[in-house]
Amino acid sequence: MAEYRLETPVSMEEIRKLNVGDVVYITGTMITARDEAHLRMLEYFERGEEIPFKIEDAVIYHCGPIIVEEGGRYRAISAGPTTSARMDPLAPKVLERVERMVIVGKGGMGEGVVRALRGKGVYLAYTGGAGALAAQAIREVKGVYWEDLGMPEAVWIFEVENFGPCIVGIDAKENSLYREVKNRVEENFKRILSQS
Amino acid sequence: MGMVSFEEVVSTVVELFRKAETELPEDVLKALKRAYNREENEVARNTLRAIIQNVEASRKLRVPMCQDTGLPIIFVEIGQELCLNFNLRDAIVEGVKRATKEVPLRPNAVHPLTRENPGTNVGMHVPVVTTEIIEGDKLKLTVMPKGAGSENVSALRMLLPSQAGDVERFVLEVVKGAGGKPCPPIVVGVGIGSTFDGAAKLAKKALLRNMTEMDEFELGLLEKVNSLGIGPGGLGGDTTALAVLVEMGHCHTASLPVAVNIQCWANRRASAILR
Repeated sequence: MAEYRLETPVSMEEIRKLNVGDVVYITGTMITARDEAHLRMLEYFERGEEIPFKIEDAVIYHCGPIIVEEGGRYRAISAGPTTSARMDPLAPKVLERVERMVIVGKGGMGEGVVRALRGKGVYLAYTGGAGALAAQAIREVKGVYWEDLGMPEAVWIFEVENFGPCIVGIDAKENSLYREVKNRVEENFKRILSQS
Repeated sequence: MGMVSFEEVVSTVVELFRKAETELPEDVLKALKRAYNREENEVARNTLRAIIQNVEASRKLRVPMCQDTGLPIIFVEIGQELCLNFNLRDAIVEGVKRATKEVPLRPNAVHPLTRENPGTNVGMHVPVVTTEIIEGDKLKLTVMPKGAGSENVSALRMLLPSQAGDVERFVLEVVKGAGGKPCPPIVVGVGIGSTFDGAAKLAKKALLRNMTEMDEFELGLLEKVNSLGIGPGGLGGDTTALAVLVEMGHCHTASLPVAVNIQCWANRRASAILR
């Protein structure tokens, strides 16, 4: 398992190098997007409008942070990942519109996303629930879009330094650590039931 | 006769949320450390280490350990000799509003259909308050902020009375279906018996118990859950669950309700007694 320190924008060449199980630390821009932000991005695409932020040059982060406002500035105090599987039906439609993408979330994503990421992007897993630890890697909250969606669902732009460790859960070659684990779990389940 | 004031309840609710969100209970931390020492999978060990570091950072910096500060759930035990001259629910609601600003909590409560967020963690039937009358003159408040990642993969099934042998299979099916989604290592709350709603309540109450004390039935289930191999974060490993906690209730002779309430590793809870 290799370890990489990546800076945004992450190039296609760097994306192709990553294999499932590799460890990644990210420096640069992360953009939060959950269910509602994905839905709104798709509305923009439908209407043929450009979304107001550039997702290809950053990392999409499945996260609904806790943000406080201090002296006119935003600060993220807890900002771990949310369950990525909720974005399973939405992410492939966003992926259709971009050249490349790096996603950070937790819990993994389904086979539709694995196919959509082929030759285009990777899915990285950050420790679920580690909100305080994640916030320590966020240097600055650079802005916010679609704040009407509410704090968890709004699009927050983070400047991060050495955000990690993230594990490559799905690579650009249709490999998925989650598929491997799922198959093993299925076998274990049958074995346990046959023993009891 | 006991005397408890409105303001006392409000400030206690705020402090309990602050404590629950920033200090993981000792029994949970103990279970996490024990799992870390026993885990043999390298990726799993790294994930468990990150979780323990996160718990320590949260306690030190006094910030919520997880950005999903949950939906506010409060268990109230009221001594029957206690006399209150104010609306207890109003005081709890006020406490949740203040905790949302002061801890702070992420505003999570939204309208179920319009998804509109009032920003206060207060709304229709939220906070979720469960009241029980006990002996004596004390008021016990327990807060349990419940995250959605784990709540979303919880399930309830009305088994047939002849299917008592399938309870274990159902628990394993729910955990298997949840996979990495609920932030494993999880805590599995199981309610067996009672009614449709009663089983769910028992499963949730089970999560309040000390996680380091399990009986033989629970330990047997835990071993099987861990044999599934989902592992921390769903990336594989020996530690899928930290505990399986079961509460039972008598049920109708024609039914066998079973509820499985999944809880993430951040089994956050805090209690206080007022008099």
